[in-house]
Amino acid sequence: MAERGSNRAPETGAFFQRDRQWHPPAFTPGYKSSVLRSPQKALLSFDNTLSELTGPVFGHAMLGELDNDLIHNFANPGESAIGERIIVHGRVLDERGKGVPGVLLEFWQANAGGRYRHKKDGYLAPLDPNFGGCGRAITGEDGGYVFRTVRPGPYPWPNGPNDWRPAHIHFSVFGHGFAQRLITQMYFEGDPLIWRCPIVGGIADKAAIEALIAALDMHATIPMDALAYKFDIVLRGRRSTLFENRPEGN
Amino acid sequence: MAQSLDRLKESPSQTAGPYVHIGLTPNFCGIEGIYASDLGSTIVNDETKGERIELRIRVLDGTGTPLKDALIEIWQADAEGLYNSPAELRGAADPNFLGWGRQPTDMETGVCLFQTIKPGRVPFRDGRLMAPHITLWVVARGINIGLHTRLYFSDEEKANAEDPILARIEHRLRVSTLIAARQGDTYVFDVHLQGEKETVFFDS
Repeated sequence: MAERGSNRAPETGAFFQRDRQWHPPAFTPGYKSSVLRSPQKALLSFDNTLSELTGPVFGHAMLGELDNDLIHNFANPGESAIGERIIVHGRVLDERGKGVPGVLLEFWQANAGGRYRHKKDGYLAPLDPNFGGCGRAITGEDGGYVFRTVRPGPYPWPNGPNDWRPAHIHFSVFGHGFAQRLITQMYFEGDPLIWRCPIVGGIADKAAIEALIAALDMHATIPMDALAYKFDIVLRGRRSTLFENRPEGN
Repeated sequence: MAQSLDRLKESPSQTAGPYVHIGLTPNFCGIEGIYASDLGSTIVNDETKGERIELRIRVLDGTGTPLKDALIEIWQADAEGLYNSPAELRGAADPNFLGWGRQPTDMETGVCLFQTIKPGRVPFRDGRLMAPHITLWVVARGINIGLHTRLYFSDEEKANAEDPILARIEHRLRVSTLIAARQGDTYVFDVHLQGEKETVFFDS
């Protein structure tokens, strides 16, 4: 059976172990909400079973025409969102460097002033009547994706007395197995708030933080229209099934 | 120096934050007109095979307070124990059952409801059958990396007793943290993020 959205044969090997020194740990007290929401007991480790190796796959048919266009998908006819127009593009790869085709990406963000369209966001920066803040895409055969939006603004949040989130876009990514499920945030090259943020700072390794910073990509800009940022996402790789029970393995 | 292994590192996780609904359940938080419906809000249809059940799940913090801004996804086999996934090589799963669902916890009560079916048994790596279970993935503000766990069923005592994953739990008192209590056709399950009743979370 071919993978939906791809001509490749499905892979069934177990996923590489997650490097939990590289990810932020559960307990990062500089980010206050984590204090009471972090497990304190050790995680139970076991090699993936079918329950982790399998996962939902979504077809391109579910996508609407404007799903990857946040400038227009909430706008009134003939209007568009206010802000710095940008293209965000990249590839979803796995740890072996292979593109991951046919996976659903979902993204959400504040508007150009740092205001979210959510009743629990009481920030005084105004809503943009032409901006909703969500979008989605499914990766192509090479793992590539693209969407357009406006660059989100930074915003203050009640953590420390004067904490501000760097400009960021939230990403939710499915892989091919449920154990690859990942939510992360994309930051923008050169933003000085990145290095002051307690949520970013939960990640100990500077190289891991840099892996979440999208680079300005002049080659992907649309002249006189939109700047571009490139953001690649890496999911867990899979072990080969060579020498496991199936003779056709690898 | 040996050759490089040319491996990439997984993108580090970050919290889903308090406004996760905007991206994953926009209709739920009042952003209408972008998607026809919230993805994962309906798991079964009239043709789905299997016993209809409801899951009633809460997520509690270290003080026992229910989270009102969490989001839960479930992943499960169909009534015959087959996953609706390209990596399922044992046969074709029920086409009327995606096997995946997504629901936010209620902003007032913290309760999260799923209408689904009871899953069949799925083999462990060595061929032994695991007890019926549903995989849960929990994200929220304050959770830096999504938490994986499983929901097992209180009326499957025999199967639970021989489940290879439950057998791995060293402190037997903690097995009960993974077992949902049957009340009619509803299974009630509390996920305790922290403390004495802390749920067993997985690294798999």
